[in-house]
Amino acid sequence: MLHQVIDRRLSGKNKSIGNRERFLRRYREQIRDAVRKAVGDRSIRDIEQGTDITLPKRDVSEPVFNHGSGGVRESVHPGNREYIKGDRIPRPQGGGGGGGRGASPDGQSEDDFVFRITREEFMNYFFDDLALPRLIRTQLLADAPEWKTRRAGFVSEGNPTSLHVVRSMRVALGRRIAMGSDARAELRKAEEHLELLESRADTPAAEIAAVKAEIEMLRARLARVPFLDPFDLRYRHRVREPLPTSKAVMFCLMDVSGSMDEARKDLAKRFFILLYLFLTRHYERTDVIFIRHHTQAAEVTEDEFFHATESGGTVVSSALVLMNEIIRERYMGSEWNIYGAQASDGDNWQQDSSKCRDLLDGKLLPLCRYFAYVQVADEDQNLWEEYARVRDANTNFAMQKIVTPAQIFPVFRDLFKKNPAGTVS
Amino acid sequence: MNGDKPPAGPKRLPSPSDWTFELIEEYFAAIKSTAQKYGLDTYPAQLELISAEQMLDAYASVGMPVNYRHWSFGKQFIASEKSYRRGHMGLAYEIVINSDPCIAYLMEENTMPMQALVMAHACFGHNSFFKGNYLFRMWTDASSIIDYLVYAKAYIAECEERHGVDAVEEVLDACHALMHYGVDRYRRPQKISMAEEETRRKEREAYLQQQVNDLWRTLPRAAGKQSKKEHRRFPEEPQENILYFIEKNAPLLEPWQREIVRIVRKIAQYFYPQRQTQVMNEGWATFWHYTLLNDMYDQGLLTEGYMMEILSSHTNVVFQPPVGHPAYSGINPYALGFGMFTDIRRICENPTEEDRQWFPEIAGSDWRKTLDYAMRHFKDESFIGQYLSPRLMREFRMFAVLDDATQKELEVSAIHDDSGYRRVRESLSRQHDLNWREPNIQVWNVNLRGDRSLTLRHTRHNDRPLDNTAEEVVKHVARLWGFRVRLESVDSHERVLQHWEVTPAPHHNN
Repeated sequence: MLHQVIDRRLSGKNKSIGNRERFLRRYREQIRDAVRKAVGDRSIRDIEQGTDITLPKRDVSEPVFNHGSGGVRESVHPGNREYIKGDRIPRPQGGGGGGGRGASPDGQSEDDFVFRITREEFMNYFFDDLALPRLIRTQLLADAPEWKTRRAGFVSEGNPTSLHVVRSMRVALGRRIAMGSDARAELRKAEEHLELLESRADTPAAEIAAVKAEIEMLRARLARVPFLDPFDLRYRHRVREPLPTSKAVMFCLMDVSGSMDEARKDLAKRFFILLYLFLTRHYERTDVIFIRHHTQAAEVTEDEFFHATESGGTVVSSALVLMNEIIRERYMGSEWNIYGAQASDGDNWQQDSSKCRDLLDGKLLPLCRYFAYVQVADEDQNLWEEYARVRDANTNFAMQKIVTPAQIFPVFRDLFKKNPAGTVS
Repeated sequence: MNGDKPPAGPKRLPSPSDWTFELIEEYFAAIKSTAQKYGLDTYPAQLELISAEQMLDAYASVGMPVNYRHWSFGKQFIASEKSYRRGHMGLAYEIVINSDPCIAYLMEENTMPMQALVMAHACFGHNSFFKGNYLFRMWTDASSIIDYLVYAKAYIAECEERHGVDAVEEVLDACHALMHYGVDRYRRPQKISMAEEETRRKEREAYLQQQVNDLWRTLPRAAGKQSKKEHRRFPEEPQENILYFIEKNAPLLEPWQREIVRIVRKIAQYFYPQRQTQVMNEGWATFWHYTLLNDMYDQGLLTEGYMMEILSSHTNVVFQPPVGHPAYSGINPYALGFGMFTDIRRICENPTEEDRQWFPEIAGSDWRKTLDYAMRHFKDESFIGQYLSPRLMREFRMFAVLDDATQKELEVSAIHDDSGYRRVRESLSRQHDLNWREPNIQVWNVNLRGDRSLTLRHTRHNDRPLDNTAEEVVKHVARLWGFRVRLESVDSHERVLQHWEVTPAPHHNN
């Protein structure tokens, strides 16, 4: 009988990826719902994690014909301790039991099928909702934004294109010298000896022959030292380094007056998340400042920002004023890249809107790299009109009305455009 | 293991705990020569070293090295990966495939003693069982299964490309639901191989499409024949192989859908012997790893340390928790099978008076021949019926419980005593009979003259009804059949006690 041993450890694992994808595909609706819920529950900063998905067991079960309970059945069990023939045992509760051959096909009995999707999968479902184009997705899913390769000395392994000839020859030369030095010294001695012997007339021929043979042998040895050996080869070494990045601060401004209901806040949250994702890809450090406002603005924590409700009138400019103050206090240095994101239902106190325009035009926009405004309601109000004028005058201002998550992305279209000169400057 | 200490001769095999390829070769050779002494006849072995991840992959595709893609395998993978990562489940030490050469997976994480155990268990135990047992010899073709799976995977991938993943998934789901009803229980199937299969498939497709199917007959018949035909049943006899019937007769299936039905059916057929010989197969493999490794220890090849590790995991494998124990989930096939083969050997070597009475033909015979005969000519049901001895029943302290739904309480119908041995044995044997475990459902009738509806009939044994998942399965049948499907559950007096009826969604008619 012949046999063979094969090492398969290196040949493809993850054979099941295709099957796993089919599974996710089959349950995409449920998974999408779970992701939606997770996005609602999570803090903006923790958005990028996998999540547990729970599917009801009956949804994932594969039906087969089975006997139901009832009828007559007999089963044999091991480990009899006290029974004798004819004993009666109360029927155990909860199916099977005493007759519990436990013939469930996959041998599990929990009610739900729970599994985890990865960060990438999670983000893909999230992006699906936002109708993000493919290109942007890959940009956002990549772990670091941009890389630069730089030379980092020489290494002994590499591909032929990066072979450094001069270095390799230098090493080879050194090796040849080192490997041949003994033999050469001996050779020199032997040659001197031979000369000496030959200079004397009375030297026996056998002795000369012996020395000659030795010289021959030493020459052969020297000839065997290879001119170039594989381990002489040196290659240029290149390392990939992330591009130097700097710091960004993102201002989230939101109207929390009574008219902003949960659904609108949820839309706003997606809008903020998308901007946050973009910023974390491009900057080493991203600060997030949350400012909420009704008639007055206040800097708050994320939790208060999304979950506390307040009512009352609306003065949008109060938030812009506060943002301006914070910038001047904390983010004035040139190393800060400032981004603004504002969400509102468009409601504003009549006289305030033009003040907002002046604030943006005169103070904030010159400081910001980008300012995006979304109105999470459809009606036109005077704030929208004023902002439209701001948009026409400035290139770093974007605005959009959004009713569904898929409308968020266009706000950032300019932002996500790959800037040939590098997005960071 | 014998008490006397083996001589620490120069032959002792090296015994580090980590394995190397050289060690595996060395141990394999030693096990092989020991196995030859006992005359085990095997296929050539192909040992494949794999990592834990690859073991999970193998788990997910029913242990096969290649298989077509389906979400249920993904589900299986996700479930086992999760419980493995959380430490709920250890992985099996090995997977062995009934193929020629016999492929055995050895996991990278195993220690050398474990690899030795696995080699003895899989490459000699299971391997000789696959080669020798009559069911495997008759029903499966070990040399072509891998080929066939390669063909199946490629074919299904091609279908997905041509007809869309959803369309293929729908057919596969339906076929999987009927997988256990896709086997010929009595008729021997033809052997399959890839090249043949490919050419035959093309011919079949062409033929089936041209064929005038009775189901499609719209031409009026000659008037005289009409009345006679009225009473003709179709199928004339009830059919047990539902998938086969669907493949050949479903009116609306496209050729590629028929081919998928056929693929699932063939694979079900391949696994059918394994499902019928679990106790024997595992028992045989366990018996032989135990016997071979002990023999090697007695020869002085193995150290005590190795032997301790081997025995400790052997003991875990054959542990039978008693009823009521938290870990109890029915009879452990390893324990029962190992117990029975060991017991047969004992009956041959040291029969008692009782054994002579119960097993006059084998008591005192040559144990190797007797065991070989038992391995070759039985399946679980008949093996237990033939060889389960009173002594083993006492050791297991077996008792039979009768569960009659009309009674308020369960009744202990027999225990391990003189009046109970036969009943316990019969009952245990029946418990391992697939025909008894699975509901008996057959194709009963097709309404040829009317709406082409298909009737399946469940014939009740002991008044056991079907459970409610039946409706889901009937939906799958309706998807394949294309017209209304009715499943009726009848008792011994042909009274219909349960029925389900499903009319397929119209979108299926192309």
